[in-house]
Amino acid sequence: MIWNEKAECMSEEEKKALQGQRLVKLVEYVYNNVEFYRKRMDEYGVKPSDIKGIDDITKLPYTTKDDLRDTYPFGLFAAPHSDIVRIHASSGTTGKATVVGYTQNDIDIWSECVARCMSMANVTKDDIIQIAYGYGLFTGGLGAHYGAEKLGAMVVPMSTGNSKKLTTMMVDFGATAIACTPSYLLHLSEVLRDEGLLDKIKLKSAICGAEPWTEKMRNEIESRLNITAHDIYGLSEVMGPGVACDCQYHTGLHICDDHFLPEIIDPKTLTPVADGEVGELVFTTLTKEGIPLIRYRTKDLTSITHEKCKCGRTSARISRFKGRSDDMLIIRGVNVFPSQVEAALVEVEEVTPHYMMVVDRENNLDTLEIQVEVDVKYYTDEVKGIEKLTKKIGQVIQSALGINAKIRLMGPNSLKRSEGKAVHVVDNRKLY
Amino acid sequence: MTVKQLSVFIENRRGRLGEVLRVLKDNEVNILSMSLADTTEYGLLRLIVNDPEHGRDVLLEAGFSSMTTEILIVKVPHVAGALQGILSLIAENDIDIEYMYGLSVESTDASIVVKTNSLDKACELFKVNGIDTMSGEEIASL
Repeated sequence: MIWNEKAECMSEEEKKALQGQRLVKLVEYVYNNVEFYRKRMDEYGVKPSDIKGIDDITKLPYTTKDDLRDTYPFGLFAAPHSDIVRIHASSGTTGKATVVGYTQNDIDIWSECVARCMSMANVTKDDIIQIAYGYGLFTGGLGAHYGAEKLGAMVVPMSTGNSKKLTTMMVDFGATAIACTPSYLLHLSEVLRDEGLLDKIKLKSAICGAEPWTEKMRNEIESRLNITAHDIYGLSEVMGPGVACDCQYHTGLHICDDHFLPEIIDPKTLTPVADGEVGELVFTTLTKEGIPLIRYRTKDLTSITHEKCKCGRTSARISRFKGRSDDMLIIRGVNVFPSQVEAALVEVEEVTPHYMMVVDRENNLDTLEIQVEVDVKYYTDEVKGIEKLTKKIGQVIQSALGINAKIRLMGPNSLKRSEGKAVHVVDNRKLY
Repeated sequence: MTVKQLSVFIENRRGRLGEVLRVLKDNEVNILSMSLADTTEYGLLRLIVNDPEHGRDVLLEAGFSSMTTEILIVKVPHVAGALQGILSLIAENDIDIEYMYGLSVESTDASIVVKTNSLDKACELFKVNGIDTMSGEEIASL
């Protein structure tokens, strides 16, 4: 089902004209309302009047997550605070959150985009959908929630953390759809199996996102639960979930490109690459008011196609992600940078700068183990002393990352030393 | 009188314990007794050796987290209830035992290695009650 045929199936000419018109307006808007962009464009030698259409996009400078961090918390906001109706935030590279604000119009457009995505997953107003993303500062929960309401579905705001209650309600309510991370859905399938509930559910569709996953995982989810699973993509800086999603043909994720203009660039040379070539995904938020971003570098590696899809949509499609152009990890849906771990460990005087993050997946849930070498003079020969130190480090990490990590103390020189660039991450999940 | 024990933190890895023992062997440090507290991730090896400071130094040099810890070695007569009597005495005097293990030397008495939260208080208690403890020299000469 197509939610907004006019927007999703428009011709290439119409699309380009609309995007161009919106881009011209956007550039003028940010130039006049965001000091950061005014300065950057001045430095770059580009004026709003230089932007006349969509092809002029390449004249504009890029925006990075660092820019958001450096202007923390509200420096990139274009709308006055009185017009901001919602704040969300995600983790930043050095522990400081990146904060985004939404006007009522932004929330409406966001809901529209999520409704489009859920329609791609064949969710309609007749469905009962459980939203099992975290509700709060994270965009997942509330973003999916508002979109599902816009669709007119019966929304069950489960949030995360109680699988038993979720599966019970899934059966009792006869839920037909679910929005959650793919790894959590795999975990739920096991809970359902163990509780003997697999033949009692009415689930038919899942909208999974907030973390990278593979085609193999999709097949696993679909066969275990006898449903179709769709890949929804988004990032809080650009909007949240609902930036893109795949339709029933699963041939790439359709971007809501009348609102989010995609580009693929070479992350080294920063020049655009051709359709089909892998590069870094960049977004310009064409209609956003709260915190509009120009050429925001997502660091996600993918390729794009502008060919019309079998489903009838003409929106640009991105392929499954091929990795990241930085070292960000997504663990249980939470963005984690090794530099955050490093910054947190510096605060603990007992540990040395030698650490290793081991990411794995056990029973379909991400696990993070942090191995740290403890300064020789802080060792004790009592188990309770070691446990106390382990707990202390665990708390520091938890407050820095927002997720629990298993802490493993290591003897001196037991972690591998690298001769070149230090390797601090072992990711055994094989997600790309 | 307190005695120095050699303690080593060992992360759980195959062969790691053997490496510690090899370093001690190569440096002629003689082990008289040992205890290993194990968890899933690491072990705490506690050793009574003839020269604990030398043992610590050679292990540090070889890259192990080793340290010396003050403990008490208490002689326990070969009589039923002897150990129980000592432990009761410790408990009645509000001293907590952190850990404890046996020390086997060929003699008429047995011995236990004991670490308490207050070693001075325990020392004094044993002295007042006529309970023999072993000195570092005695250990070194074994």
